[in-house]
Amino acid sequence: MQTTFTGKPVNRVDGPVKVTGRAQYAAEFSTGQTLHGVIISSTVARGRITGIDESAAMQVKGVVTIFSHKNIPTLAWLNFSYWDLAAPPGKHFRYFQTDEIYFSQQPVAIVIAETFEIARHAAALVHITYETLPAETDVYASLHKARKPKGSRIGIKKPKSRGNFSKAFAASAVTVKAEYRHGAEHHNPMETMASTVIYQDGGKLVIYDKTQGVFNSQQYIRGIFNLKFKNIKVVSPYVGGAFGVALRPQYQLFAAVLAALQLKRSVKISLTRQQMFSLGHRPAIVQQLALGASADGLLQAISHTAIQETSRFEDYVQAVVNWSGMLYNCAHVQMDYKLVPLDINSPADMRAPGAASGVFALECAMDELAYQLSIDPLQLRLINYAEKDGVSGKAYSSKALKACYLQGADKFGWQQRNPLPRSVKKGNKLVGMGMATGIWDALSIPVRAKAVLNAQGKLTVTSATADIGTGTYTIMSQIAAETLGLPLDDVTFQLGDTDFPLAFVQGGSYTAASVGAAVQKVCLEIKQDVFKLAKRIKNSPFKQCSLNDVVFSDGYIQLAGNRSTSLSLASVMQQSKTDRLKNTATALPNALQQMRYALNTHSAVFVEVEVDEDFGTIKVTRVVSAVAAGRILNPKTARSQVMGGVVWGISMALQEESVTDHHYGRYINHSFAEYHIPVNADISNIEIIFVEEQDDIVNPLGVKGVGEIGVVGVAAAVVNAIYHATGKRIRQLPVTLDKLL
Amino acid sequence: MEVAVTKFSFTKATDANDAVLKASSLTNAAFIAGGTNLVDLMKENVARPGALVDINQLPLHTITETEEGGLMIGALVTNAATAYNPLVEKHYPLLSKAILAGASPQLRNMATAGGNLLQRTRCYYFYDTATACNKRNPGSGCPAINGFNRMHAILGASEACIAVHPSDMCIALAALNARIHVLGTGGTRTIGFNGFHRLPAETPEAENNLQPGELITAIELPAEDFSSHYQYIKVRDRSSYAFALVSVAVALQMDGNIIKEARLALGGVAHKPWRNPVVEEHLRNQQISAPLLQDAAEMMLAGARGYGHNNFKIELAKRVIIRAINEAAGIL
Repeated sequence: MQTTFTGKPVNRVDGPVKVTGRAQYAAEFSTGQTLHGVIISSTVARGRITGIDESAAMQVKGVVTIFSHKNIPTLAWLNFSYWDLAAPPGKHFRYFQTDEIYFSQQPVAIVIAETFEIARHAAALVHITYETLPAETDVYASLHKARKPKGSRIGIKKPKSRGNFSKAFAASAVTVKAEYRHGAEHHNPMETMASTVIYQDGGKLVIYDKTQGVFNSQQYIRGIFNLKFKNIKVVSPYVGGAFGVALRPQYQLFAAVLAALQLKRSVKISLTRQQMFSLGHRPAIVQQLALGASADGLLQAISHTAIQETSRFEDYVQAVVNWSGMLYNCAHVQMDYKLVPLDINSPADMRAPGAASGVFALECAMDELAYQLSIDPLQLRLINYAEKDGVSGKAYSSKALKACYLQGADKFGWQQRNPLPRSVKKGNKLVGMGMATGIWDALSIPVRAKAVLNAQGKLTVTSATADIGTGTYTIMSQIAAETLGLPLDDVTFQLGDTDFPLAFVQGGSYTAASVGAAVQKVCLEIKQDVFKLAKRIKNSPFKQCSLNDVVFSDGYIQLAGNRSTSLSLASVMQQSKTDRLKNTATALPNALQQMRYALNTHSAVFVEVEVDEDFGTIKVTRVVSAVAAGRILNPKTARSQVMGGVVWGISMALQEESVTDHHYGRYINHSFAEYHIPVNADISNIEIIFVEEQDDIVNPLGVKGVGEIGVVGVAAAVVNAIYHATGKRIRQLPVTLDKLL
Repeated sequence: MEVAVTKFSFTKATDANDAVLKASSLTNAAFIAGGTNLVDLMKENVARPGALVDINQLPLHTITETEEGGLMIGALVTNAATAYNPLVEKHYPLLSKAILAGASPQLRNMATAGGNLLQRTRCYYFYDTATACNKRNPGSGCPAINGFNRMHAILGASEACIAVHPSDMCIALAALNARIHVLGTGGTRTIGFNGFHRLPAETPEAENNLQPGELITAIELPAEDFSSHYQYIKVRDRSSYAFALVSVAVALQMDGNIIKEARLALGGVAHKPWRNPVVEEHLRNQQISAPLLQDAAEMMLAGARGYGHNNFKIELAKRVIIRAINEAAGIL
């Protein structure tokens, strides 16, 4: 492959339409006659609706109807019909179909009106009464009810212990035992969930949905409302951030489709910021870590137990403890993962689900062990460096973590660190440095893509994937342009439409690799097709040539040995009287090859903090994150991704928590005023280093994906830096200033 | 019921008297200026005015010097315009500093001086109509007392309410002995800053001593010179766009190491900016010293009570007081 665009910091191709406001998001599509819906949420966490008085609301001029469990039609009865691609095992929730309340803010009614303002006003007039039952919402108070997860989830492996932990731990010279906690967090992308359902003649629905996967929304709606696939088109060209919250179809989609089908009208519904706290979340988790090491720092025993909240109706599982079996060389590893069902909504995948939590605990425990051993925390990681995945016993397809450690440490100035805690002071500020390791999967999934080359030599590539702000549009355009040797301006990549070839939800950091492979493959097909045409045209200079003899560059096919012998793609198309060349390809991961290796991304994160000695206020003054994620397609968009991940990690460490009032069983800080995420003033210098890996095994592009790795390990590095600054070991996130007073 | 704005009428006042007349005659009326707090509260169904009286066009947009040598800040001067006004920056830099510690540039560009005085507490329960709240719904109870009360009061609270006043600007105005000029149907009157806001007692729904229909027209700053020795320290959970956990406004007049005059006001700890004249008297004519400041901090927090999550504020407030006085005095 020619390296015209790969590895280049190409600007976002969708940048201009976004910054000029021309990019349309789900709630911005409309027809003249669109009705507006407002959803009413339960005020209690557990109980039953005893009455819904709609009389005052229905008298408001412009109100069309109010849907609730009292009047919605009979829908699908099989649990499977409510399943979606990102659903955990369990009984999937049936919105608006029961008078029972399972969690606070459960959607209970939909007010439909001619305008948004009327719907919102009328919603305030609907009077709902509840029989309230005591709710359990506190995972810490219910740890004794922890049990094994039921069922399993695609892609989530059950933790596999090895060796004899108890014996090895007892025999260890130095040990650490500690418990780490963090509460619930909500994704809170800038764009709230929204669906605009356009009702067309004959009952066909065109749905503009905020989603990470248009086919997931389509199949969900199809199953529940017993529709035909051909009558549901889901479109989602732009997504204003998602982080996992738009993996599962959310209830505004259900509500808008229900209303549209019942009323035979177009309907639009958005959630409020407060209602975003009713959706799936990163679950509260309690983790117990026990590490045993020999006096020279070799890990002898690791035990990692996680107890995590889930809902009453689904067993949401994620890989929390598994990383502790992979990251370090250790013969005796015991891992356990349990759930506590509570009266809450099902948790959901949120950026680096499982790893953000599990690696936080492991990497804090490693730091504690380093101090116990009087070994530099970085040195301890190097001593226990794993060349193989300890769980599967497989070698890594590539693992440049050691280079990440060394390059990161060098850039950060780790060697200048005084190992003694609370040893560096700047005025009122205690200065500390901490580090941690990050790990995530390098997954790929099957994806289809289609390419069309027109008579002007312009290429359009489509696949039904998403761009949740990650840069999909840009990197796919780069891959397509490079494969066919076209200028970027001659390539258009389109996504987010069920009319496009199949791609599953965007998540798990597998989009760049999976969709990228499909785009490359279909463009290679087009390349062959157009070359065949080129050979056939009259007086073709390529009559005796094979594809290996030519180069595709700058919109031309050129003879490799003599670049001036060339034909433009446009002239090939025109001379061969071809209006368009099209092809579709499916890229399948090379499972046979991949199953012999462990496929992962890694990172080393270094953090400096300053802590006010008297006030406990914490400022992260510097971060260096060195990331090994295969080949980097676009260092600009990749850097943005990792930087965003680092900010997420700082946020997780210092600010974010959805606080539950257990009397009401309700998230009580459900607004951006009180649910804190960092502001610009909280974020200082973040340096990203990409340590490139040559990896022919992960996929033909050698790409591993960078969506999640940026956040993993950051919270631990911050907490470890706080310990180094203050001598105080905080084991519960977020580390707010009161914990340091 | 989370999503709600109830119907309301909207009228523009032609002058200040007209505004007062409209607010007094329309049912359940509220003045609207910047709307940075009221509109939020309406969206949350917490504020449900039947009528909004728009006062933005009233001639209350200027800052002028008074005959006594103080300043008169029109009620409609924005927070940003106040903070960056050259006269305020020169003579009352404490006020500028406090204002700029609050909210965000966007909000400060909209929010007005009068509105800042009237902003409502940020108590989570006050904002969530699914919960009880004596301030929002008198007699329904205060779930914050036994609930999540990290941001709540440690001084002057009652069994009915432990909410705090969220303003930064008001903490400086309290320290500067500002006076509030108001207009009612019965004419004008002036309220000393300490007499403007109320402690919750049994009626937390009443947050200030304005009479129904009364309009704030101006904030007057007396001619006192605290421009050399002042400090505003705000401790919060993030660097910007967060309300104070504890804030301290200090204004001093110094003669060498001797404190000639001291003003000390705390934010984030009570239902109103918290001052204690006894502490200020204790500091007067004293040479600044660590024991003196420790005493002052202890005295300021006398009677403080935590409710669990906010216990830390008591010790934190003492530390912030000591540092703020030291920094105001120029002793770092």
